[in-house]
Amino acid sequence: MRLLTLVISLLWLATSQASPIDTYSFKSEVDKTRYQALVKELRCPKCQNQNLADSNSQIAVDLREQVYIMINEGKSDKEIVDYMVARYGDFVLYRPKVNEYTYMLWFSPAIFLLIGAVVVVLILRRKAPPQAQQAMSDAEKQKLADILKEE
Amino acid sequence: MNKLIRFIPLVLFILLAIVLYRGLSLNPEKLPSALIGKPVPAFTLTQLKNENRILSAEQLTGDVVLINVWATWCPSCRYEHPYLLDLAKSDRIKLYGLNYKDERELAVKWLNDLGDPYEFSIFDDLGRLGLDLGVYAAPETFVVDHHGIIRKRFAGPIDANVWQKEFEPIIKQIEAEKAKGQ
Repeated sequence: MRLLTLVISLLWLATSQASPIDTYSFKSEVDKTRYQALVKELRCPKCQNQNLADSNSQIAVDLREQVYIMINEGKSDKEIVDYMVARYGDFVLYRPKVNEYTYMLWFSPAIFLLIGAVVVVLILRRKAPPQAQQAMSDAEKQKLADILKEE
Repeated sequence: MNKLIRFIPLVLFILLAIVLYRGLSLNPEKLPSALIGKPVPAFTLTQLKNENRILSAEQLTGDVVLINVWATWCPSCRYEHPYLLDLAKSDRIKLYGLNYKDERELAVKWLNDLGDPYEFSIFDDLGRLGLDLGVYAAPETFVVDHHGIIRKRFAGPIDANVWQKEFEPIIKQIEAEKAKGQ
């Protein structure tokens, strides 16, 4: 058991060492948090399924440095994101903007949910059995009372 | 009505299949450039072969300008190099180089050994102009029209096929606009 724990913790160590680590020093903790949030939210243009934080490619290193420089220059998050979008397009955003190209992306889940709900409602309404509400006849009432008495 | 409902899953499946099938043939690396329709970003950099000569965007003159991003560390640049030498013989285009994140000595040696297809190369060792152009790898080639507006960006090496398919149409279009006096 102890061995297993050791193995698992070693594996964990290996994965946590896998992402690149830059030695940037920030003016404040807030800046550091902003940097970490930005490099997680900006996408690497070269290695498309990674964000800037995870990628080791040269362009990701450069863009991380650019984010760092701009934070130290006192630029706002919006200015930094706009700077990247002006050069690399909306593609660099992991959270896409809502515009005519992304309406499908943003709203199709809601539309599918709506279609599903309509289908469910239609099916349920058709299947509702009409006889279920009928009251018991006198004979049935008598039979039920007999059964209960026997208990 | 009941019969229609039964077909909804089939219709959804077919729609999804069409969307996904289309996705198979799309190239996810083919990104639109954010700079199409915008002027070449301003820069102040030195010429590769002459570090005392300062270059700026105004010096990229020509009716149809090609800016080719290259580096000695880039294998595909070596692949496209002979085709660029051919291209440079044509009067239709002016070919300029952007030497991207490279070392001056190595880059000059490359041009001396393999031939220099460029009017001149801009030396961008820190990748500043590359960043402003949204370059993310080499080789990349930008087509700039007679007004200095970026009209196309192509990422990847150029050969005769690529030239016919990707560059010939936009260059013809620019030439037509120029002829009409636009």
